[in-house]
Amino acid sequence: MTAYIRRNSWVIGLFALFVTLLVFTKIIQPDYDAGDFGSLVRAALPFAFAVAAQSIVIIAGGIDLSVASMMAVTSVTAAVLMNGASEEFALVAVPLVLAMGFCLGAVNGILIVVTRVPDIVVTLAMLFVLEGVALLILGSPGGAAANWLKVMIVGTVAIPGVLAAITAWIPNALIVLLVSVALVWIPLKRSRLGLSIYAIGSSQLAAFRSGVPVSRTKILAYALAGLFAAMGGLSLTMSTGIGAPIPGPYLMASVAAAVLGGVILGGGRGGIVGPIVAVFILRLVRTDLTLLSVDPNATTIIEGTIMVVVVMLGAYLALRARSR
Amino acid sequence: MTMASASANPPVPLGRRVKRFMSDYPVIPLIVLLVVLVVILQLIRPGIVNERWIANTIKFAIPLALLAGCQTMAMLTGGIDMSVGTVATISAFVMATQVVSIDPASAILLSLVPAVIIGAVNGIGVGIFRVHPLVMTLGTGLVGFGVLQVYQRTVIATGSDIPDFLAWLGTGLTYGVPNALLLFVPIAALIIFTLKYTGFGRLLYAVGDNERAAKLSGVSYWKVIVTLYVASAVLAGITGLLYVGLIKAPSLTLVEPLLLPSVAAAVIGGTSIFGGRGGYTGSIIGALILTVMTTMLTILQMPEGARRILFGLIVLFVTAAYIRIVEDR
Repeated sequence: MTAYIRRNSWVIGLFALFVTLLVFTKIIQPDYDAGDFGSLVRAALPFAFAVAAQSIVIIAGGIDLSVASMMAVTSVTAAVLMNGASEEFALVAVPLVLAMGFCLGAVNGILIVVTRVPDIVVTLAMLFVLEGVALLILGSPGGAAANWLKVMIVGTVAIPGVLAAITAWIPNALIVLLVSVALVWIPLKRSRLGLSIYAIGSSQLAAFRSGVPVSRTKILAYALAGLFAAMGGLSLTMSTGIGAPIPGPYLMASVAAAVLGGVILGGGRGGIVGPIVAVFILRLVRTDLTLLSVDPNATTIIEGTIMVVVVMLGAYLALRARSR
Repeated sequence: MTMASASANPPVPLGRRVKRFMSDYPVIPLIVLLVVLVVILQLIRPGIVNERWIANTIKFAIPLALLAGCQTMAMLTGGIDMSVGTVATISAFVMATQVVSIDPASAILLSLVPAVIIGAVNGIGVGIFRVHPLVMTLGTGLVGFGVLQVYQRTVIATGSDIPDFLAWLGTGLTYGVPNALLLFVPIAALIIFTLKYTGFGRLLYAVGDNERAAKLSGVSYWKVIVTLYVASAVLAGITGLLYVGLIKAPSLTLVEPLLLPSVAAAVIGGTSIFGGRGGYTGSIIGALILTVMTTMLTILQMPEGARRILFGLIVLFVTAAYIRIVEDR
């Protein structure tokens, strides 16, 4: 038990911070209720998927600068596919878009493996390419989303046997997020592939010498990141009802939240729960600052400062742990 | 002549020798590529390549090349500086809004203060706390942008101005030669000289090549890193001042669009993103290549989307080809 706590101390700390922030929010704004929490989760949804994508890649020892552009591409594709189509067609469109994200991610991975160009440069180039693709698919914001998809992340669902007061705090958006992340992450974490991803992240050479198929693992890590990015793109279309070809602010946010969440740049360490909690913390801080009627422009400063200070602290602690 | 020497040395095939020559002089293939691009441009639109066009290209390549200088220095140590876009924008914006009330020289000095501060914070974070440079500089860039937004609201009524001398430097031509070269040539010479012939330059390579070895040989890591990031930020600030003289319209995202291309220019120029290898000459040519490429894509009158796709593909292709040439021995 203590070993478990020690191993996950960072994530537990983040959870505690999140709960403290929630309590703090309730204190400064007694009206803050389940509905507000629901909209918080909805706003955090695309960020959460973006950071999930980024985390997998960083754990594998890379970095994906194309994540925001990939979300834009998948979002416009979904919006165009569903535009004017029947409600049932969305059942085809969603898997199609997810597959597309997977393939685009795999392309990233393949290019990195084949060209031997550093990850950061390949995904930088792909950032431009995907941005262009999104603009070609849809020149200006438009398209549509199936109604049931839009409804899926709104409101709550009653769970039999659980008090309504509790289910009110479990918005559908949260369920969608947890289910889709768990469906990918839990099997992955228990599989050989998951282990290989951590292995190539901590030392590519050691992994190679122990017989890990480095190239294949890397390609699959990027492909899974693409899958998460596609989920992020879909969630954008779901929450806005349209697709927008200009990438949102998800690149910087995803790197920041991944690092805050305990994923170490350079690879091999961290998980996916921490970064997602970190996303919620960052969003909640933003809400709190608005509630405290802080100048919205100053919010960016505070967010950035939090990120810098936390990261410096984390690095300092890691440094001390290593030297001891 | 080629044939004579080839027959004198039969075991080494010509292709191999060309390759070795290129990897010994990595700037040569880049210059060849630049010339090829210009020739293609001339073929697409005969007559476009004239004195005026060359001057214009150089004018727009200089800010990019300066920012690529920041990236080159940072990348030599295995780092990267993602805050240069914000730093340059802050300097440009502060200068343009302050010059309304105080004299240009003080405004310029004042505008470089935030650059020094951000650079120092970057250096302390990376050098002492050992935060990953990418995260550190992204973070300070974010904070800087927030501060700029708040600052903008305090000066919203004062308006802005560009001192004549900066406009002259940014856009002016003397006998067909861009005045910006007056600023660029000394800076470029200084960077190249520093990297090649001074102790500090060697320290940058040493730290990037093998940090542990450098430390064991008595290099004070944090001093090198702090100096580097302050220098990088000041250079970015100067770039911002020059760029606002060129564009003449200060805005909150003035230099931001040059950030990712500056990384691309340094990488195309052959500086390894993992540190220890590269130089500034390559980055300058990289910046020229990117600028010519942008012109070419504009002239082809493709839709914006297709233009971005091509830009990305070319950056990827050039880097991949370059890595093949330089690394395959």
